[in-house]
Amino acid sequence: MTAHDASAPAAAIGPTSASLPREAMATYRLLFLGLAGLIVVAPLVIYPVFVMTVLCFALFACAFNLLLGYAGLLSFGHAAFFGMAAYVTGHAAKVWGLTPELAILLGVAASAGLGLVVGALAIRRQGIYFSMITLALAQMVFFFCLQAKFTHGEDGIQAIPRGALFGVIDLSDDWALYVFIAVVFMAALLALFRIVHSPFGQVLKAIRENEPRAISLGYDAARYKLATFVLSAGFAGLAGSLKALVSQIATLTDVHWSMSGEAILITLVGGVGTVFGPIVGSVIVIAMQNYLAQLGAWVTVAQGVIFVVCVLAFREGIVGVLARRLKMRL
Amino acid sequence: MDGEHILETEGLSKSFGGFAAVSDVGLRVKRGTIHALIGPNGAGKTTCFNLLTKFLAPTAGSIRYNGRDITRTNAAGIAQLGLVRSFQISAVFLHLTVLENVRVALQRQRGASFDFWRSEKVLKRYDAAAMALLEEFGLAEVAHREATELSYGRKRALELATTLALEPEMMLLDEPMAGMGHEDIARIAGLIRKAAAGRTILMVEHNLSVVADLSDRITVLARGKVLAEGDYAAVSADPRVIEAYIGAGHA
Repeated sequence: MTAHDASAPAAAIGPTSASLPREAMATYRLLFLGLAGLIVVAPLVIYPVFVMTVLCFALFACAFNLLLGYAGLLSFGHAAFFGMAAYVTGHAAKVWGLTPELAILLGVAASAGLGLVVGALAIRRQGIYFSMITLALAQMVFFFCLQAKFTHGEDGIQAIPRGALFGVIDLSDDWALYVFIAVVFMAALLALFRIVHSPFGQVLKAIRENEPRAISLGYDAARYKLATFVLSAGFAGLAGSLKALVSQIATLTDVHWSMSGEAILITLVGGVGTVFGPIVGSVIVIAMQNYLAQLGAWVTVAQGVIFVVCVLAFREGIVGVLARRLKMRL
Repeated sequence: MDGEHILETEGLSKSFGGFAAVSDVGLRVKRGTIHALIGPNGAGKTTCFNLLTKFLAPTAGSIRYNGRDITRTNAAGIAQLGLVRSFQISAVFLHLTVLENVRVALQRQRGASFDFWRSEKVLKRYDAAAMALLEEFGLAEVAHREATELSYGRKRALELATTLALEPEMMLLDEPMAGMGHEDIARIAGLIRKAAAGRTILMVEHNLSVVADLSDRITVLARGKVLAEGDYAAVSADPRVIEAYIGAGHA
């Protein structure tokens, strides 16, 4: 190449841009602070266990969103990671008597490991075939959980002790547990945000934009997808582990395919590929299930209607539409 | 192994269910030259190109790059060895900014691409190098626009800049002039000639005046086989080549 012209005016370059312009970063900072504020205030007005459930499902959907929104991979099997972690955490806390942080760690490790196996098999195929493989493998996990001894089949693991954090802080108190869940949730959310806005996230974006080109630049796309899959499975596991401590049960519902559907529903309603979409989606979906419970089986129908309306009226999800209207990233 | 040829194929063949798209192609590309691969429609140029860039696996034969057998290396692997391809449709990352497009390439070469725990701010250290490249390709003033806003010709220039950011030893260009107007052709030809300094280029191209203008050596393919090889004067005077082109025109 010709020598770079040393006289090239530096002024013409203008402000150096990271992928997130400074204003966007400031907005995100405000929004994260606002969210943290909401999480602090929420239990004063709303039943704390409900808020904790919302947070668990929000995290589950955020993990799912990492895969769908940022790697373009639609997994139909995320219940496997959510449920397996719930079982492992429940078993570790109840039978082995581990402290909650260790039980959670084990649950996350189990899910990430499972994610490595499922991901390695599934990323060999694209599009709908990828989704079908994740569904098939998740069904295998479901039947494993149905048969395995430690999951107690139809009964599930009941009365999981919340234990004492680090052996010191008693989590059986709802307030203590709330603080713990809230802190872990915020930390996980920030970690996911960091992953998306990291050098790794930048490559992931390039792969999603134009995979053959990314490969031709020397990026082994499959390895990046697999890494994202494992990360997503790990965070889904974290959500499952937390949920096991909050509800104190781990059952077949957690590994059932409809739980995978839940993640998809929450993410689509909130907005795929947005940071806050899965959280908004979780509030709406869990609130519906909770407050419409007296409708009985009609909850599912109501959910279906809302889902259809969402897909028809605002395909980008609530936060997606909001972001477009406000011309900012959310 | 002689060091004179950077890329060599031996008996390279690819058939699709009995149809031999490429058969027994022995291609030798001299280091430091611009080598063109031409031929009438259906001659197997694109298949050949995809074999060389590992987007297709050969049915038989071998490919050696820098004396190293790359027949089984995957597409990302050869890029890491310094053999980088372009695409017919301009391949840019549409929703990344122009600067980010180039930076993604710089980032691969200089590491840190798997760091999911670090802030993307670390990528700023590539900004200066990326801007220098954009400056050279006349893209500096649009550095912060999304690539999707660029004109076709500028997208091509961006693609070339991105490829060059990898400082490849050899570039494989798939019809670099496809779909371009006269002015753009002259500009891109100039950029290609500039890029060729110190590296080897193999290109598939339809536009024969571009081929005549740019290439040092030409290989003519017809019906999946090498028909002729030589410089433009020799090849264009070859009666078999003339027949293949006219014959194909009549078909």
